[in-house]
Amino acid sequence: MKVGIDLGSRTIKIAIIQHGRLVDQQLAESSFNPYDQALSMIKKYKTRKIVATGYGRHLAQKHFAHEVITEIKAHAIGARHFFPACRTVIDIGGQDSKVISLDKKGRISNFLMNDKCAAGTGRFLEIMAGALGFTLDEFGLAALESDSEEGINSMCTVFAESEVISMKNQGIPARDIARAVHLSVVNRITGMLNRIGLEGEIVFSGGVARNPCIVQMLRERLGDVTLQSPPAPDIVGAVGAAIHAGE
Amino acid sequence: MISEIFAGRIKEILEVKKEGKPIVGTFCVYIPEEIVVAAGGICVGLCGGSPGAIPDAEKILPRNICPMVKSAFGFKAGRICPYFQVVDFVYGETTCDAKKKTWEILDRMVPTYVMEIPQMKRERDRVLWREEVMDFKSRVEKVCNTNISEDDLAGAIKVINGKRRALQRLTGLRAYNPAPISGKDALLIEQIAFYDEPMRFAAKVNDLCDELGDRVARGEGVAPADTPRVMVSGTPMALPNWKIHNLLEAAGALVVNEESCIGTRYFKDLIDEEMIGMDRQIEALTDRYMQIDCSCFTPNDERVVQVLKEYKDSKAQGILHYSLQFCHTYNIEEIKIREACEKKGIPYLAIETDYSPEDVGQLQTRIEAFLEQIQDSK
Repeated sequence: MKVGIDLGSRTIKIAIIQHGRLVDQQLAESSFNPYDQALSMIKKYKTRKIVATGYGRHLAQKHFAHEVITEIKAHAIGARHFFPACRTVIDIGGQDSKVISLDKKGRISNFLMNDKCAAGTGRFLEIMAGALGFTLDEFGLAALESDSEEGINSMCTVFAESEVISMKNQGIPARDIARAVHLSVVNRITGMLNRIGLEGEIVFSGGVARNPCIVQMLRERLGDVTLQSPPAPDIVGAVGAAIHAGE
Repeated sequence: MISEIFAGRIKEILEVKKEGKPIVGTFCVYIPEEIVVAAGGICVGLCGGSPGAIPDAEKILPRNICPMVKSAFGFKAGRICPYFQVVDFVYGETTCDAKKKTWEILDRMVPTYVMEIPQMKRERDRVLWREEVMDFKSRVEKVCNTNISEDDLAGAIKVINGKRRALQRLTGLRAYNPAPISGKDALLIEQIAFYDEPMRFAAKVNDLCDELGDRVARGEGVAPADTPRVMVSGTPMALPNWKIHNLLEAAGALVVNEESCIGTRYFKDLIDEEMIGMDRQIEALTDRYMQIDCSCFTPNDERVVQVLKEYKDSKAQGILHYSLQFCHTYNIEEIKIREACEKKGIPYLAIETDYSPEDVGQLQTRIEAFLEQIQDSK
């Protein structure tokens, strides 16, 4: 039994791999004390090998993990587990967005990651949803209902939030603003994809892959390529870490 | 070690200053230090690598400009840097817009002269540069109240060549695997080269190289032979900027070369010592400085060739391109370096950052992933 743990900025994910198959998984908020949270999640598994990834990977290695890999490598391995022909991975998590390109054997040939600001990340969507009074689930659905061409110009989360508030006060419907916010994330990601070059099958991982509006907009934008996600896209990094533990 | 060098060196400089010799502050590898040394003065490469000096700079300068320019300016504005406090004047240059406009403001606090660096390398640009070198010489002679003789210049050329040769030797030793010295230590030595007494510095670096040579002969290194070896290329790392080296080596890499003004760009070229007569010496000096492959030139394709050469010579396994925020010339030239690396299949990562620690988490992830990429491609 191999354990992979992904200590992300917003959530902690655990994947258990046995004989090459995903047999168990967990997801919980990172909370104020990610270390305690992680410990309580892994204590029920008896294992000789835990591999950690994500923002808290080094904290985990200090206390219980045997090895760390970056979330870039973890998502690459995890994506290939679910879709063995995958050549490009889009991962949008709480704090980072990344685009990874893989060679035929699944090795990382190049990657891009957002700079220090939160534009184009899950956290960005979360804050904008809050400013518009939506829950995260409602947010993507509301955006899907709109066919507005409205956009937002600010890349910075703080400025974008003021822009959203001023749009609200111009009387623009919330679903149109929601669509504008989603569009800005998709613009950001397609910019990264164009820079790195698109190749073969694309896998979309990370929590934001559960947002139906982002998925639809990406499909429209990318045109004639396959874009797929596993049923629980948040878990891909933890799965990659668990598979690495078995190598 | 740094505090020792700081305190000790400042005392020495103050004594030379008491004798009426000038102390010249510089910010660029373009300023011909041989001429200052020939006139009996001291050339000090000033610091500009600390985020701590930036708040003082931002009281006057705009926020969205190069952190190195802000930091250097802040050191003077805040009266923090002892070197900046002892220099008689600053010799600036026109390698970038932020610098050349900052000199006008800096001049209010310390006399600041400017050398015009051409932006292309045609014959007429060389004519301009030679005139700038002659003006620099006259100005230094005037301030020192002396006339530089042929022998003075020949002696100074030998001294500075000696310093550059010692640094070349150190770089050569880093090519061994396992490498006998860490990138952080080597970088610190390269930074000290800009303000230490040049003859003593060369002697000490040569002593160190003897020791490192012994280590190499015994097959000893600072890290195991399978440690990923990275070359850093791009903008300078002024003292005390160790951000990228710290991140790389904390993540388990070893930095084996700096293709940068703080590194090889400063010492890879020497001045021909065989020239006789002031005119021919000045020609040789002009040629040597005209060779510098700074990104302020257009085109600057010789730098791409140089990066690939140093990658091979240093036996690196990947290149990290480092660009300071708002450094347009390095940031844009990065495209050509990246393309050359892609063509040769060299693992490559480009980073644009300033001095602040706020992006360290993200940089750590990117650097660790880059090292994984190097390891997996072996």
